[in-house]
Amino acid sequence: MSHASDPKKAGAHGDKSLVVEHLRKEYVRGKAVLKDISFTVSGQSTTAIIGPSGTGKSTLLRCINRLIEPTAGRILVSGEDVCALKGTALREARRRIGMVFQEYNLVERLSVMENVLCGRLGYISPWRAWLRKFPQEDIDRAFDLLDMVGLADFARARADELSGGQRQRVGIARAVMQEPHILLADEPTSSLDPKTSVEIMELLRAVAEKRDIPVLVNIHDVTLGRRFSDRVIGMCKGEVLFDDVPSALQDDHLKQIYGGEEWLQ
Amino acid sequence: MSASAIKRPSPFEVNWWARAGYLLVALYCVYAVNALDISFDRIIIGLDNGAKFLGSMFPPVFKRWALLIDNLIETVQIAIISSAFGVAISLPVGLCAARNLMPDWLTWPSRAFIAVCRSFHPVIFAILFVKAVGFGPLAGILTLIFASIGFVAKLFAEAIEEISLKPVEAMRAAGAPFMSVLVYSVLPQVLNRFIGFATYQTDANLRNSTMIGIVGAGGIGGTLAAAFQRFDYGFVCAILISIIALIMVSELLAQRVKGVFR
Repeated sequence: MSHASDPKKAGAHGDKSLVVEHLRKEYVRGKAVLKDISFTVSGQSTTAIIGPSGTGKSTLLRCINRLIEPTAGRILVSGEDVCALKGTALREARRRIGMVFQEYNLVERLSVMENVLCGRLGYISPWRAWLRKFPQEDIDRAFDLLDMVGLADFARARADELSGGQRQRVGIARAVMQEPHILLADEPTSSLDPKTSVEIMELLRAVAEKRDIPVLVNIHDVTLGRRFSDRVIGMCKGEVLFDDVPSALQDDHLKQIYGGEEWLQ
Repeated sequence: MSASAIKRPSPFEVNWWARAGYLLVALYCVYAVNALDISFDRIIIGLDNGAKFLGSMFPPVFKRWALLIDNLIETVQIAIISSAFGVAISLPVGLCAARNLMPDWLTWPSRAFIAVCRSFHPVIFAILFVKAVGFGPLAGILTLIFASIGFVAKLFAEAIEEISLKPVEAMRAAGAPFMSVLVYSVLPQVLNRFIGFATYQTDANLRNSTMIGIVGAGGIGGTLAAAFQRFDYGFVCAILISIIALIMVSELLAQRVKGVFR
């Protein structure tokens, strides 16, 4: 966690890093949702992205794996510019970018094991995927990951039998299954109760440590974001207003990011 | 609170357009009944004729059972072959017509094709195909394949359009190829409904295949029409009873099939 305290220097390691340079996104011409975003994360680190709703946090994460097309700028994942990729090359780049969703995005009618193995779909042919002919080492790893998230007994349960917290654990296992170089989490705790939220944040942090990868978390809950990150990026109206270690985040910054001050009492 | 309290507008809005519409439909029905000279007397006379006709149908005559069985087998063959091909073709056509997954340049031609298949009643298709490939079951099979596509592909497309796109997003984010996205995030959400549509269409094809024979496209319908023309009402009755039995058996089977996939 030591290098994360100096966020500006990160990225020099080469592998398992994310570099965002002058990223701009306009859904409507001339109206930018993201204006000139630049930052770098690398190695074992957890970065919390905070900011009011509609400020472009989700757009930012989805630009990184190109679920949303950036308008301008460069995005390097482990040194490779994903903005320049198309077709198969883009798919292969996406395998290195794990994503965890607010509403879990599991396939309800498939089993927990099948959902976790979905993380390997980028690595095997559709035909083998259809026949459920996953390599044995993938299945072994899936069992290990289910062990890690505490759902080993649920491998054959259907995803719609699980609670919210359990579903999010499956979502995390699925993302880790990709063997990602970076992990993006879009409001992973917003649909969960406070205790479960803490557990999910702990799990995300453990993933960053165990796999030695940067984790980016969009989060509404400032306290939670502060507690579980070693870097906070504060966004407002498509711009980065704050980018430093959590302890440097003062009430003044929060006033700037969210506007107003009554809510801080 | 007294009645003089704040007067609020009614929270239930009145839809005058809908009311006017109901009134219009009611008035048109009255007008149409008059215009078509439908009267109670004619219905009474008709009932009398109908009773005489029904009387002459009993008892049913099963003397030509060998022909009956042959025809029934042909009917079932037409229904099953056309359902299998119809559903198999409907899968890709329905997928191509789903507007949430496919680009416009693909959905429009697919929707147009489905619309053409839907626009004609099977009897009209049957007449066309009898002209094209001659009398017999082949014309019937082609007819029902097209009828199936018109119905099943449209329902497939609608089912796909109603799925949640969240798992699709997750698969795409994981770098899954398009076919894997379909198999893992679309198919599980629609499979049950697909099975339902397919069994329903097989049932419908069975009923339709008893009828297209009337225009010469194979199956039991041809024999039925011939029996009518020869006033062989006993045999007509036997045919009708066997059709009812056939449909009931298929209903039973359809329920079993749906049970397996629940």
